[in-house]
This record gives sequence, structure tokens and C-alpha cells, in this order.
Amino acid sequence: MEGIGIDVTGLSKKLGPTQALDRLNLKIEPGLLHGLIGPDGAGKTTTMRMLIGLLRPDAGRVSFHRGGSPVAFDEIRPGMAYMPQRQSLYADLSVSEHLDFFRDLYRLPADVYARRRQELLSITRLEKFVERPAGQLSGGMYKKLGLMCALLQSPNVLLLDEPTNGVDPISRREFWDLLYRIIEEGKTTVVVSTAYMDEAERCARVHLIDGGRTLAEGAPRAVLREAGVANFDELFLKRETAAK
Amino acid sequence: MTSPAVIADRLTVRFGDFTAVAEVSFEVASGEIFGFLGANGAGKTTTIRALCGLLKPTSGRVVVAGHDASHGLTPIKLRVGYMSQRFTLYDDLTVAENLAFTAALRKIPDAKLRQRKKELFGLVGFDQAESTMVRDLAGGFRQELSLAAAMLHDPEIVFLDEPTAGVAPAARARFWRLIRRIADSGKTVFVTTHYMDEAEQCGRIALMRAGKLIALDSPEGLKKSTFPEKLYELTPAAESSRATMERVRSDASVREVKTYGLHYHVSARDAAGFGRLVRDLGAHVEVREIAPSLEDVFIRLVEGKDR
Repeated sequence: MEGIGIDVTGLSKKLGPTQALDRLNLKIEPGLLHGLIGPDGAGKTTTMRMLIGLLRPDAGRVSFHRGGSPVAFDEIRPGMAYMPQRQSLYADLSVSEHLDFFRDLYRLPADVYARRRQELLSITRLEKFVERPAGQLSGGMYKKLGLMCALLQSPNVLLLDEPTNGVDPISRREFWDLLYRIIEEGKTTVVVSTAYMDEAERCARVHLIDGGRTLAEGAPRAVLREAGVANFDELFLKRETAAK
Repeated sequence: MTSPAVIADRLTVRFGDFTAVAEVSFEVASGEIFGFLGANGAGKTTTIRALCGLLKPTSGRVVVAGHDASHGLTPIKLRVGYMSQRFTLYDDLTVAENLAFTAALRKIPDAKLRQRKKELFGLVGFDQAESTMVRDLAGGFRQELSLAAAMLHDPEIVFLDEPTAGVAPAARARFWRLIRRIADSGKTVFVTTHYMDEAEQCGRIALMRAGKLIALDSPEGLKKSTFPEKLYELTPAAESSRATMERVRSDASVREVKTYGLHYHVSARDAAGFGRLVRDLGAHVEVREIAPSLEDVFIRLVEGKDR
């Protein structure tokens, strides 16, 4: 099965007094790892929530395609997974209970579940902690559990909102190794937002967002070359200085 | 010379048959910014809770602000402030209500509360309306208010457990300017973080791994002792990057390769051999010698199965 691409055109959304998105355009290519980067309040989370259908746009549209043909959102939605930035697991359910719960939600067959569960526990190194309640996990382990729940059904679109924020340097790298493995399987389109500029450089495509608009998008090297800077930190610093 | 703000002497904490903290010993000087690092689950929060008087050590000695924990925890609780990783403020109370609640718990009289609020708002640079609901505060302001609440009773030592987790870069920078101001005013700051640019700003850093203390030194000292050999940053040319890096990884002169975005940090086991490799690769790669970052140090010391 071919991967899913997403076209976002002229997306606008007002949240209270704030124009969260202002005619935002995005081109998400099938099977690639996309990074949304931008300062706090740029519109990254709102964009994610639009992609997964949690918010309705005031204007503009999100359209999905597979193998060059349009596909309806309702057809895609069951295969989409979203890991929000805010804590959204059940504090008093254990790691194991979370996996069981999501197995039931996704209606996974027993053998698929058993294999996937073992695989994910081993990559995330959470085998030793299966009985621990989510409320007692450390920051990094909590994020990994969130990702496991999202990955349990092998999604074809995976949306991750700042998945590594507050995670230690090694767990952060492991998390990215995991993302690379998912991408290499070739079935999943991944959109990830991050404040770490080294992570931005590891995406196949980056989308620089600020004030609810896309400032630049493309392969990291191309975007950096275009802007005439060595890295994304410099790029944002340059913008900040220009704004003052 | 003043006595240390914190002494941990073979501090051990067990939960059932799980040892969260094992025989950890260190001292923190008064007025120091002491960074406490380690992977998620290494035992940092447990150590902090033992040092704040919230948790009785299984064994070992804890002396905080001159008070031995074995003689009772209350004197310690009165002299430390603790900004927890999880919960610090009530979302559905206003700024003023949150501080009033903390003051009530600490039995701080109204007049004193008003005076401390003024001092702390000035110190932390908090300029939001006191009638704002905490849930409406942006990330950075929330951290500033949490810190003010933790310092309401004027503690000698503040323990900050991942105070900037999930906070945007600009707000993190502002929070660290605040930490320096607090240390400059003579207070001791004990802080955990996963951001290595923040760890750089600590006077000394303790590194935990699987409940044990594995290193304790200044940032510079840690870099020197962890990386006796040279470290290089490699930037492979885009077209041939995969082949180039495969060749670098398999070369006998190369000790370690770590990914940093589009670049790689490479340490060499044998400088001459590495020089030959670089010459062979020619235009396929750009190379420059770099000083190790704390992230390099952290990864080298903590990586491995058991942490």
C-alpha cells in the first residue's frame, strides 16, 4: 500500500482573539519524515489538531491523497495516530494496562498485538516497567509510552507534537532512531514538531512556521542554503534580530 | 568558610526490592548552582525528595542547611523550597489565590505575604495581573510563578526539578538568568535539567546513572576527563552522505560517531589513521576539530544498557 500525502491550503483559524493560523500552506509527502518548527505560539499545535480533525478550519482545506488520487478523511482517519504535547495518558493505569486498552480501541487481533507489544517494549526499553502506573513514570518514559500507544496499530499517518521535549539526550536519540525505523518501513508518513534544531535537521522536510504561516519549507539543507545560514538556531536568531 | 548547604553521605533509597538511589555521596556548597543530571529514571527526583525532607532515606546520612535528617525532617522542610517536576500550581486558581494558598500552608502572615510577593515579583520579573487564572498563563510565566511560590518562605536552598521542561527556548533563557540572580543573592540552587545548554551554566554537575553517582565536576572538568582524545565535527556532502558515513563508521581509526542533525561528532582512536581517512574522503566531507559539548559528555558517560 502506498503512503498518504497531505495538502494543506490556505488554512486559517481564529482561537479566541488570536489568529492561530493565517492562510497556512503545507505539502506533506507520502512516507517522509516532516518537521514543523517555529517559536511558541507559531501555530504548530493548531496545525496538528487540524490535520487529525480535532478542529475545524475557518477557511482553507486539508486534503489527503494516496498514489496520486484523493482519499476521503473518513477513510484515512482510522489509520492516523496523534500524540499530543500535553499529558494525555491515564495516571492510574500501568504501562501494560495502557497497551491493553489501546489494543481494545484499535481492535487488534491477539497475535498481532502480542508481537507488536513485545517489539515496542523492547525498542523503548520499558520491559522492566510494564507494571508501573503512568503517573509514576519519568518524563522520558511517559513520552515513550505515549508513542507506543500511538504505534500499536502501525498507523499510516503519525502526528507527534513535541514528543521529545523534556526528554534526556539519550532517550531523545533513541526516540529518533525509533522514528527512523518507522520511516524505513515506508508505510508511515510522520509529522513531528520540535524545538530542538538538531532534530529539525534530521527531518526529510522541514516547515518553518511563524504567526500561523509557513515561512519556508523543503529539505533542511536547501532551506538553510536559501536563507544563507549554517543552522536553524541562526535562522531564528536572524529573524528575531530583523524583527527588532 | 561556610558549611555545605547539602551533604549526602552514602544516601540510599529503596522501594521494595528496587534500589532507586544507591550509596550516593556529594556536597553542595552554599550559593552554588548545582546541576543534577541523568537519564529519565536515573534516580534524580528520588534524591531530591530525600534531600527536601519528603522521603526518609533507607540508609545513609542527609544534612541540609545544617540539619541532619535523622533528627527530624521539619527543620529541613522549613529551610528548603521545592519546585516539583509534576505539580506546582492549581490551574483553576488565580495567581494571587495560588500564592495565598501556599502562604497558608507555610503559615506566612498576610503582611509578610504582601512583602514577599513584592520582592519575588521584582526578582523573577513577573508582571502578569494577579487576577489571572494560572491556566491562562503562558509557559514561561507559569514557571516564574512556580518558582515564586517555592520561595515564598524565603528558603536557603531551592530544589528545582526540571523547571524548564516543555518551555520554549526564549523563556528557558529568561528562567536561567533568574537562577543566576537567585544564586547571586546567596541562595543555593539545586537544579535538574535535560537541556545541556542549561547544564553548561552550572558551577558543578553531578551525573547519575541507574541510581549511582558516576561523575561530579565542573562542566569544563567533565569535558576534559571524558574526552582525552580529539573530537571532530564531520559534515558529509549531501549526495554521498550515506556512503561517506558508512565508511567513517567502519574505519579502524574511529572510536565513536554520534549524529547531530546534518553533522556528526566523531572521536578518533588513532589521529594519524583518522587523518588518512579524511584525506581519502576529500571533497565528500568537511571536517573541523571541536571542543566536546556537555551533550557529548552525557552520552558517553550514560550510554549503555543499564542506566
